[in-house]
Amino acid sequence: MLCQECGKTEAGVHLTQIVNNKKTVLNLCRECAERRGMTANPLVQVPFPLAEILSSMMGEAPEKKKGRGGETRCPGCGFTFAEFSKVGRFGCGQCYRAFQPQVSDLLRRIHGSTRHIGRKPTQEPEIDTVLIEEKRLEDELKKAIAAEDFEKAARLRDRIKTLMRQD
Amino acid sequence: MFEELSSKPAAWLSGAGPQAGIVLSSRVRLARNLLRCKFPPAADVELRRKVVGEVRSAIERSILLKSGKFFQNGDLGGMDRDFLVERHVISPEFMKAGEGHGLYLGEDESLSVMVNEEDHLRIQALTSGLEVGRAHELATQADAELSANLVFDYDEEFGYLTACPTNVGTGLRASVLIHLPALVLTREIDSVINRVTKVGWAVRGFYGEGTDVLGNLLQLSNQTTLGRSEQEVLEGLEKVTRQVIEYEESARYVLLRDAKEQIEDKIWRAYGILRFARVLTSGEVMNLLSAVRLGLGMGVLKEIPLGLVNELLLLCQPAHLQKFAGREMEPGERDAVRAELARARIEKALSGGANGPGNSKTA
Ligand SMILES: [Zn+2]
Ligand SMILES: [Zn+2]
Repeated sequence: MLCQECGKTEAGVHLTQIVNNKKTVLNLCRECAERRGMTANPLVQVPFPLAEILSSMMGEAPEKKKGRGGETRCPGCGFTFAEFSKVGRFGCGQCYRAFQPQVSDLLRRIHGSTRHIGRKPTQEPEIDTVLIEEKRLEDELKKAIAAEDFEKAARLRDRIKTLMRQD
Repeated sequence: MFEELSSKPAAWLSGAGPQAGIVLSSRVRLARNLLRCKFPPAADVELRRKVVGEVRSAIERSILLKSGKFFQNGDLGGMDRDFLVERHVISPEFMKAGEGHGLYLGEDESLSVMVNEEDHLRIQALTSGLEVGRAHELATQADAELSANLVFDYDEEFGYLTACPTNVGTGLRASVLIHLPALVLTREIDSVINRVTKVGWAVRGFYGEGTDVLGNLLQLSNQTTLGRSEQEVLEGLEKVTRQVIEYEESARYVLLRDAKEQIEDKIWRAYGILRFARVLTSGEVMNLLSAVRLGLGMGVLKEIPLGLVNELLLLCQPAHLQKFAGREMEPGERDAVRAELARARIEKALSGGANGPGNSKTA
């Protein structure tokens, strides 16, 4: 039997692989098996059908659906979602927010969830959290003023002042 | 390089720890990235170098990681890398493509950090036996100490952000390396694998030539990293591992009950070949060691310690053999040196008591 991947060399490695309850048998030559990371090293990622999920997503959402003015580019790395889909690796952390709602959809398909549960960084980036909190309070303040809830607005103003002093 | 390491086993192969007769090792990996910095696959050499520098200085300022060594691309040759791949410290592709990669290796190899693999940091902890909890504690402590001097990219909703979406969230991959010869012999391994994967765990065999799983070793690990806490993953892995251990133990019981002579014969033959053969290929030695390991676990064989069998699993691999011989060798020559090494180690253990003087250097 010839290798399924290169079709040139005799397949010496017959790999039974089970991912997401689907069993497949791959017949590969040793070289192709090694290139796919199927050698005896646990640091190689367990093969996951990410490429298949991505190509099915790209099939469902043709380019033109993504609105006028072309595709969104990540402000951090300049990737588009299509470019990410080709390699299966994000360019930077901002991609996760830049490519919404596709990324949430993708995460749901991979993990069955979009919400992290578990450990948080022990040291929060302090300045950022203050900024985020400040912005949240300012939004609330605007709402309070619009609703003519002046008591609440005064309380919010005080809290913003304390925050800024911290900074 | 690594000459001092090449003759001694890694601590995670010492044969100590809970369930070490069946579980070789437990491993925990945490993926972390630096805030506002392109991930390694998208970063240029200059940026990667900068990341290596920052991580290195954070490592030097940490208490837990202070005592190890830090390597950069130029420090390691091809043979050194193969050597570290065999010791499960780095992945096969790591450091092959271009400059700007770093590796921290702790003194007893239980902790290591790959810098600029697919993520900026891959913190790894390895322990002997079934000790995923302890491995996680080690990795988490390293993570906490490093985060005092590095800001990791973290999103309130998605957790720790990673280059590949399959690692986002906890960034945690926990796994055990488990030896299941009786399940393979009784042909129950497929149904066990099916049961384990049905409840959401990934199973991977280490394949050699042919259909056999190399050395009857399998790796169990979590498949997802988002939506489940670290605790839940670790407890789940431990639970499913204990279940698989039970299956293996009952398969061993069945073998002794229904095929005592055959199985004893298989074990003693393997031991005999290992002790006296003059030429051994790497595939053959894995299967012999697997049978001898089974013999030790079933109480059929008592001559040599479990730690020695684990050690030989490592020392008989190509890069280790060549380090041992002090030169590069053709495969044919390796097979002779491999047989010589196995023979010598076993003789030493037999003459020098349970664990010969040359084998007791485990940190
Ligand atoms: Zn091929
Ligand atoms: Zn980006």
